[in-house]
Amino acid sequence: MKSTEEILEYLFETFPGTEFESLQGDVGPARIKVPAAMIKDVAKVLRDDDQLLFNTLMCLSGLHYPKEEEMGVAYHLHSTQLGHSLALNVRVSEQKPEVPSVESIWKTADWHEREAYDMFGIVFTGHPDLRRILCPYDWEGHPLRKDYVQQEFYRGVTTKE
Amino acid sequence: MIELISDTGERREMTINMGPQHPSTHGVLRLELVLDGEIIKKVKPHIGYLHRCFEKYAEEVGDYAKVIPYTDRMDYVSAMNQEHGYVLALERMLELELPERVEHIRVIVAEMQRIASHLLGIGAFGLDLGAFSPFLYLFTEREKILDIFEKISGARLLYNYMAVGGLMRDVHPEFKTDVAEFVKTFRPKIKELDDLLSYNRIFIKRTANVGVLPVEVALNYAASGPVLRGSGMKWDLRRNDPYSIYDRFEFDIPVGEGEMGTLGDCWDRYIVRVREMEQSLRIIEQALDSMPDEGDVMQAIPKRIRMKEGEVYVRTESPRGELGYFIASNNSASPHRVKARAPSFVHLCLLPAISKGSLIADMVAIVGSIDIVLGEVDR
Amino acid sequence: MTTLLNIPLVIHLALPLTIILVYALVAIWGERKVAGFIQDRLGPMRVGGWHGWAQSIADLLKLIQKEDIIPANSSRFLFKFAPFMMFAASYAAFAVIPFSSGYIGSNINIGVFYLLAVTSVLTLSIIMAAWASNNKWSLLGGMRSAAQMVSYEIPTIATVLTVIVVSGSLNLMTVTEMQSGNDILGFLPNWFIFQNPFLIVAFVIFFISILAESHRVPFDLPESESELVAGYQTEYSGMRWAMFMLAEYADMLLLSLLGAVLFFGGWNSPFGDFMSGPLWGFFWFMLKGLLLVFVMMWIRWTLPRYRVDQLMHICWSILIPLSFINLILVALWELIF
Repeated sequence: MKSTEEILEYLFETFPGTEFESLQGDVGPARIKVPAAMIKDVAKVLRDDDQLLFNTLMCLSGLHYPKEEEMGVAYHLHSTQLGHSLALNVRVSEQKPEVPSVESIWKTADWHEREAYDMFGIVFTGHPDLRRILCPYDWEGHPLRKDYVQQEFYRGVTTKE
Repeated sequence: MIELISDTGERREMTINMGPQHPSTHGVLRLELVLDGEIIKKVKPHIGYLHRCFEKYAEEVGDYAKVIPYTDRMDYVSAMNQEHGYVLALERMLELELPERVEHIRVIVAEMQRIASHLLGIGAFGLDLGAFSPFLYLFTEREKILDIFEKISGARLLYNYMAVGGLMRDVHPEFKTDVAEFVKTFRPKIKELDDLLSYNRIFIKRTANVGVLPVEVALNYAASGPVLRGSGMKWDLRRNDPYSIYDRFEFDIPVGEGEMGTLGDCWDRYIVRVREMEQSLRIIEQALDSMPDEGDVMQAIPKRIRMKEGEVYVRTESPRGELGYFIASNNSASPHRVKARAPSFVHLCLLPAISKGSLIADMVAIVGSIDIVLGEVDR
Repeated sequence: MTTLLNIPLVIHLALPLTIILVYALVAIWGERKVAGFIQDRLGPMRVGGWHGWAQSIADLLKLIQKEDIIPANSSRFLFKFAPFMMFAASYAAFAVIPFSSGYIGSNINIGVFYLLAVTSVLTLSIIMAAWASNNKWSLLGGMRSAAQMVSYEIPTIATVLTVIVVSGSLNLMTVTEMQSGNDILGFLPNWFIFQNPFLIVAFVIFFISILAESHRVPFDLPESESELVAGYQTEYSGMRWAMFMLAEYADMLLLSLLGAVLFFGGWNSPFGDFMSGPLWGFFWFMLKGLLLVFVMMWIRWTLPRYRVDQLMHICWSILIPLSFINLILVALWELIF
């Protein structure tokens, strides 16, 4: 069982030269910010390393930060063998929201990533089947973005009262 | 006309839509099946028919507390557990201390809701397999729970009963006797259920060795709750990541043992739910004993919630599995982001992995055994 | 021994039809009542006053008024024709059923043979309906039904054959007459089920097979609503659907009555000469048939449903070998005693 600080240190040792960052809000536990391009490699180590063994991805959520013009992805991991949890954050620019997919590492990410794509337009590179999941396939825009404007008509039917 | 044989005389696969209007998809789920005869070659679930933008609403409503009624409507057959998860997440962010009475009432109603939800899940599972009568027997029992809920909250399905830091209103004076009476009458019914359904030879034939989910696959797909326990893993958030006052109660975690076939088959998932109801009864009894008779259930409710900046992920054991709320706040009166990690959503994702090569009839059994609620899948 | 009543042809035609229609109305109401009591509720209670007795009539009136929907890409003639053919097949089979000592539609020597042959048309009409609907669920239901009915016809015929071995006649009237009297152990009626221990086994196999033949739970796969929506009936509505319903209930009664003739002495009174005669005969016969129908309903509301491969397994690797072995044993018993 390791605390977030210990895991951060361990990651610095495993990936020398990578800019991991510890984020601490006013409330809630600390998170580790991982550079977007690294997330898949980090995830693989997190799952397979004997010291970490994060075998489940509890949750994967998209986020939008309009002030910083950034999109974010939050990963929540848990190890059922070692009993520790970890939160990872990834930030990418709004213009090019591309994050490597972790679907091949935790299968459960499949639908979570599709949902994040559907709701935020974050593109998960390497995802085998990145389609919209909750909205219709021909829906315009990504509803959970803060700057989302609802389309007026969908297939000729008004969407407003 | 439907042509099963192509012009060149080869066997042709047939694509068929199971749902969104189908009796046993438990709502508006569409499964795109590719069939060879009755054998399923490929399953592709399509969801979103019940999408109501819960998360967008939570961000835009302008008040953390106003989101609570909407959590009810996610998993509408276990509304109390949904509320419980959400208010716990906010309480953890606000670091609130709750009165004992509130905690006890919450645990009692959450466990009763768990029983009610399992009764529906088991009943509908039987219904999917053609056993009509158990469904109605179980509904009689569920009705008793709903009657108690109606007395305490005024509603039968969507309660809006829990508040951040307390409860919307105190329970009625006879609450304890009502619940004790229910516990007493319900316990023998589980035995009846075993006789009628659990150990019915046809039922076992239909569920054993069907939809086998090995534990490694289950973990990789982040399965939880009865689905994970059915695969033989002793994992219950009430024990492994205790919240509320669950650490004070004694209860066992029933797991699948492959009693009737392979470990992790539909029968194991089913029997875990049946055994869990017994454990819930135990928790209710203990909570009734230690529940204080006096106390203001509304004293700790904050007048106005204003959250600082931060992110939490709080998970609770809902009847269907791990219900997680990811809440990101940004120094304002409404959340920056609320994501509900719904267990049904995650379990539906693993459906293609366990149903390949089975028959249409097995598909129905598998969907029934993972016990999905589409309101929660689509949110 | 029996003297058939001399009645005109019109009544010959109308009598079984009336019996079937009245029975169907009562049975549909009865099924809902049985289901209600088994499930600890009341069933229909409103229509007509006493225990909702007019519920089936109200349902029938509703069905008559419903729109007759025919899917756009269906094969229209076959689609329209299938329900009537199905009903005609079950109706025609009633011709050889001896309703009482005074009445049988057609007293022919190959009665059993005729009955089994005519009911095979049911399979054909179901496939016709399934194919013509141009619906994939219907097609799956039709395929299941074809496989199921063709397979289960074998144990049905094999068990009927065991009775024929004992009776030595294919005429159902003769078969019934052979079971008159109360001689077994001094008080039991001379019904075939009491005459030979292997015939009890034969009856069990026969009953399981007719459950499957008439698509009752646990073998209701062709129309299993939780799997195939409604199987071959999916696209039907209104009166055409009602015809299917009618045919199915008629089929249930037909096979139950056949069971009553073959194993339970047909119209013979269980008390020898007491309460016997053409009218009492009709009463006893219908009572026996309806009791078997009731057992079918009882089973339906108690058990879950088998899967299609398990259904076939039961038929081909259990019932068929068992019924043929039983046939030989019955023949040996008859030879020895």
